[in-house]
Amino acid sequence: MAEDKLKEAVKEPSMILQKELIAGNYEALTSAPETGRKVCSTFVPGNLNELIRCFDMINNLPEINAINNGMRKKTGAMIQDAEKAGHSEDVCTYVKSDIGMMAQGNIAPNGKPMPRPDMLMLSYTGCYTFMKWFELLRHEYKCPTAMLQVPYQGDGRITPEMIRYVVKQLKEEVIPTMERVSGVKFDIDRLREMLKLSARAEDDLVWVLESAKHRPSPIDAYFGAVYYMGPIFTAFRGTREAVDYYVMLRGEIEERIARGQGPITPEGEQKEQKYRLVVEGPPNWTSFRQFWKMFYDEGAVVVASTYSKVGGLYDRGFRHDPEHPLESLAEYCLSCYTNNNMPQRVDLIEQYMHEYEADGFLTNSIKSCNSFAAGELLMMREIEKRTGKPGAFIETDLVDPRYFSAANVKNRLESYFQMIEQKRKGEKSAA
Amino acid sequence: MGIAEIVERCERLHEDIDFTAAREWKAAEPGRRVIGYLPVYVPEEIIHAAGMLPLGITGGGDQMEVIHGDAYYQSYICRIPRSTIELGITGRLDFVDGMIFPSICDVIRNLSGMWKLMFPDKYVRYLDVPQNYRDDIGGEFYRNEMRELLAGLEALSGRRVSDDDINASIRVYNRNRELVRTLYALRSDQPWQVPTTELYLLSRAGLVLPVEEHNQLLEAYLEAVQSEQRPRRDNCRIVVNGSFCEQPPLNLIKSIEMAGCYVVDDDYVQVNRWLKREVPSDGDPFEALASAFLHHSADTAAKYAETEEQVGRQLLESVERNRAEGVIFAAPSFCDPALLWRPMLADKLSRKGIPHISFKYSENAGQMAPIREQAGTFADSLKLWS
Amino acid sequence: MKCFIGIDLGSTTTKAVVMDENGVQLGRGITNSRSNYDTASAVAKQEAWIDTRLTLFRRNLEGEEGLAGEVDRLLDGLERNFRLEQYLEQLDDLQATCLGNAGDLRFHAFRERLEGAVSDTFERLRADAASLYAPGAARKSDFFRDIAGSQYLQVSEPIAEAANVPYDALLNVYDKSIIEVENRPPGGDMDNKFLRALDRELRQLSDLAVERAVIARHITDALAVELEETYVVGTGYGRVRLPFPKEHIRSEILCHGLGAHMMYPGTRTVLDIGGQDTKGIQVDEQGIVVNFQMNDRCAAGCGRYLGYIADEMNLGLHELGPMAMKSTKRVRINSTCTVFAGAELRDRLSLGEKREDIMAGLHRAIIMRAMSILSRSGGVQDQFTFTGGVAKNESAVHELTRLVAENYGEVTINIDPNSIYTGALGASEFARRAVMEAA
Repeated sequence: MAEDKLKEAVKEPSMILQKELIAGNYEALTSAPETGRKVCSTFVPGNLNELIRCFDMINNLPEINAINNGMRKKTGAMIQDAEKAGHSEDVCTYVKSDIGMMAQGNIAPNGKPMPRPDMLMLSYTGCYTFMKWFELLRHEYKCPTAMLQVPYQGDGRITPEMIRYVVKQLKEEVIPTMERVSGVKFDIDRLREMLKLSARAEDDLVWVLESAKHRPSPIDAYFGAVYYMGPIFTAFRGTREAVDYYVMLRGEIEERIARGQGPITPEGEQKEQKYRLVVEGPPNWTSFRQFWKMFYDEGAVVVASTYSKVGGLYDRGFRHDPEHPLESLAEYCLSCYTNNNMPQRVDLIEQYMHEYEADGFLTNSIKSCNSFAAGELLMMREIEKRTGKPGAFIETDLVDPRYFSAANVKNRLESYFQMIEQKRKGEKSAA
Repeated sequence: MGIAEIVERCERLHEDIDFTAAREWKAAEPGRRVIGYLPVYVPEEIIHAAGMLPLGITGGGDQMEVIHGDAYYQSYICRIPRSTIELGITGRLDFVDGMIFPSICDVIRNLSGMWKLMFPDKYVRYLDVPQNYRDDIGGEFYRNEMRELLAGLEALSGRRVSDDDINASIRVYNRNRELVRTLYALRSDQPWQVPTTELYLLSRAGLVLPVEEHNQLLEAYLEAVQSEQRPRRDNCRIVVNGSFCEQPPLNLIKSIEMAGCYVVDDDYVQVNRWLKREVPSDGDPFEALASAFLHHSADTAAKYAETEEQVGRQLLESVERNRAEGVIFAAPSFCDPALLWRPMLADKLSRKGIPHISFKYSENAGQMAPIREQAGTFADSLKLWS
Repeated sequence: MKCFIGIDLGSTTTKAVVMDENGVQLGRGITNSRSNYDTASAVAKQEAWIDTRLTLFRRNLEGEEGLAGEVDRLLDGLERNFRLEQYLEQLDDLQATCLGNAGDLRFHAFRERLEGAVSDTFERLRADAASLYAPGAARKSDFFRDIAGSQYLQVSEPIAEAANVPYDALLNVYDKSIIEVENRPPGGDMDNKFLRALDRELRQLSDLAVERAVIARHITDALAVELEETYVVGTGYGRVRLPFPKEHIRSEILCHGLGAHMMYPGTRTVLDIGGQDTKGIQVDEQGIVVNFQMNDRCAAGCGRYLGYIADEMNLGLHELGPMAMKSTKRVRINSTCTVFAGAELRDRLSLGEKREDIMAGLHRAIIMRAMSILSRSGGVQDQFTFTGGVAKNESAVHELTRLVAENYGEVTINIDPNSIYTGALGASEFARRAVMEAA
């Protein structure tokens, strides 16, 4: 009992801090009309948070709003509203829940209305839908829009020409628009200071993600990582708060490792770790807890995931670099997971399978997200071929509750875990 | 050649999923190479200048059984990548030396990497296109993209290509674009003379034939059609929009016309109309092609619309120029670009009081009754209003 | 004796298999899945016990020299008479339930007449019962709900008219009652029914080479064998609803793989097309699943699709395959979407296509989907075992054989007429292993 209490206590500080950070950003957003601060909407992958902050703007992320609404089970109605208004049932449900949210008064999680954005920062990284999403928002808000085209790594590498192209757009298009909207002059030294803080938090984030190499793993690198990613993938990269958050988080995990403890799930510590998995694809948000439970109830822990790399592949060595501020922002945008080509993605997962000594590989294929999903079946085939380990394939959606069939998902997961178990028994008896 | 003969030739080309014409072209001379490309647009001049045949691939149509291709895709992904993979796996593209996947959407983008994994011996290029329209920014990027593409082709053939070679190719394609524009203008002017199925088949033929041969075919058709008077029907005039990637089955194109609609503009197979003006062929060809792309190319959902005003501008212009009475949005199921853009375009049309309807299809759609019904009802309502 | 039981709770039918400690299959049973999964599995299990007894009878009777060549006839008669006894018992239960439901307030005005009509109807049903189970009589279904239902429908209409009772009321009473009866756990004493059936059977038989007492002794000896329910494993779509602890539940994929391996030990690839899903499974030489894929969320191309088509064409499910086999022309059907099945069909018919050609196209479309799922799971390897309801459809088998040959060359294709029990068989083997291999 005393131990249980201790666990809760160990858990709490970083969780509370993270919640405060996110709530603080929503508060800053909804109070913008009073404070007069400018609001810049943008996307998670390839986001330019430091740059946005350089102009004293507040970062609003529609994807995060959709996730928030999804977790609070509000997106079903929002999506249906958007579809009634003429948006196709075939397209991304983040977009439709955003449009539905606007139609319902655009209320933030704190219950107050979201302000109209002062600018749209269209960082076009790794997702075609982003482009049309912000065209749709511009259609609504008629506000200045800065497009930053980030070339795709078609040949699996970042060329100097790509960096030059992105930097040039930053200099000639993005920064001037931000100056115009915010009325603040660009100060590259201020950017350098923030990038220094970014790199420090990134170091700790990488340490946290790689802690899953331990047995037992002290974290869940998919469901749990969603929380760990929070501050750095959203409005806090480049801030002192983010640095502090990751120091605190790291301390908690160090303690868990020292005690040989597993990850903390919504129902407490996960004791059993029968299956170590690598997961590809974003999670489902509308049934997030139910989905996670299907894993920890069966003793499955995720040791590495690609979703935790959508906002940057820091574990492969990239850090924001105050010495080359714009170039490193460009490189950051270019290197996000979904901007990697298919062979790179297969290689990455294969490496994870080895580095994290995984028993299996699972794809959560998302109807909304073709950037992730188109080709995942080939990826699975390739990874099976290369590692000799079978993959599992389940299908859900981000925030459309109609596309989460709990019985169906559970059936596949159970079959998959039992198959791994059977194979193990077979190998043991053969040995 | 008479119309019937030309159309029959095009029909045969359209049905031929073994690409016999391109195979024969390649076999005719040793060392010839064929480069496949997907919709919507690639600068064919570069491929042509390298002495190669650009081969437009728009999936497998409605005649191909897809077995393996389906094994690579979830049910919520459009059909064109499945049938394209089926073409690859069944050896129908074995004679193709390289594939270009231009930037259109995430599905085709990812297909480029899939192709690298599945066919590691082939030249595979993802062709990014500029979404920034300044000559010194997007233009520079795109010029470089084209140079990289050319370098790849040069490596494949072992033959250097000069600016003059490219300029010569630009001239041949300028002629092609001119003929296609003439054909489209003629249809808009006298749609009963140029049925859309014929125009479409002619356009499709351009995907698989050498451009010189396509030019002859177009010239022959334009001549033949002048000497024949065809019955004029009391159809309404509409523009079809959203069909720029995965192509509708021929039956669907026929069905719209049969339902009482003269199609006076469309965005079917668009590579031959992407650049809307003559491209200068006396200077730096990369400069000329890039500039044409940035400033005089077709609007599709695959491109970023720089300003809110630009969204749907070309569609509205087309409606006006072609005196269309309405717009039919016909998009492939699960087509992100077409379906994400449609609400904005529809809104622009509504604000101008231009009627529109929409439906979805797939390249192998079998049921035409609902489409005939919708298009027919639309045509009737347009007549009623006018 | 130790018995190991596998239960496969499917979306349309529930199957059970009883196995002995040496892995020999003793009996199997099937029933329609109903809203009460406990009852469905209890009924299936009881059916499997009945079948097990019949197996034991056979073993004993086959040991009797004088009965050579007679055993099949004897057992057939015994089973028919047992089914008759069972049917009569169930009719009693149904009648009592119907009479109870006839007391509903809605029927107050004509309650007595209604009760009379119910009793008359059941009297007729009982009178007709023997003919249903006469030698050589064909029954469309062996499920009580189907047999009693069709009889009731036929018999009650003139009775209602004669008794001046609304026919609807009579049907309403039945509909309500059959659900209650069906969802009650099976009752009755099996041994006594067997003895009564034996009695009937022996009275009907003549020209037997052995004394009746000898036969009776073999039967009573077999009935005396104690069947111990040693271990049960549940599987199937509804397995989470089974009242079993977790270690008694296995995924249907694993059970299917193992079951197919037991039927055909050379199996490496299994295709199962059931009502709701299609599965491609790869197994190793031990029957252990090494890979599997199922259809995605969309149930296009599963057995249910054929059901929609059958409804749309007003045909029985079993009539589709033979009709498709008459096809002479290839019609390409591109959509296996259940939602559009009817529309596509009507569209084709309106274009003047022949029904048999359309049918053949539909079957091909379903098998194409299955081929994709197989391809996803790792292709087809020798030997290839095809299971599930659709494996009974000759046209589907025809198309599958062709496509497998085209895409994977020469492969042995196994189809067991009892493939519907594949999952339950695998589950029973898991049950056996859980005990025998732990020991």
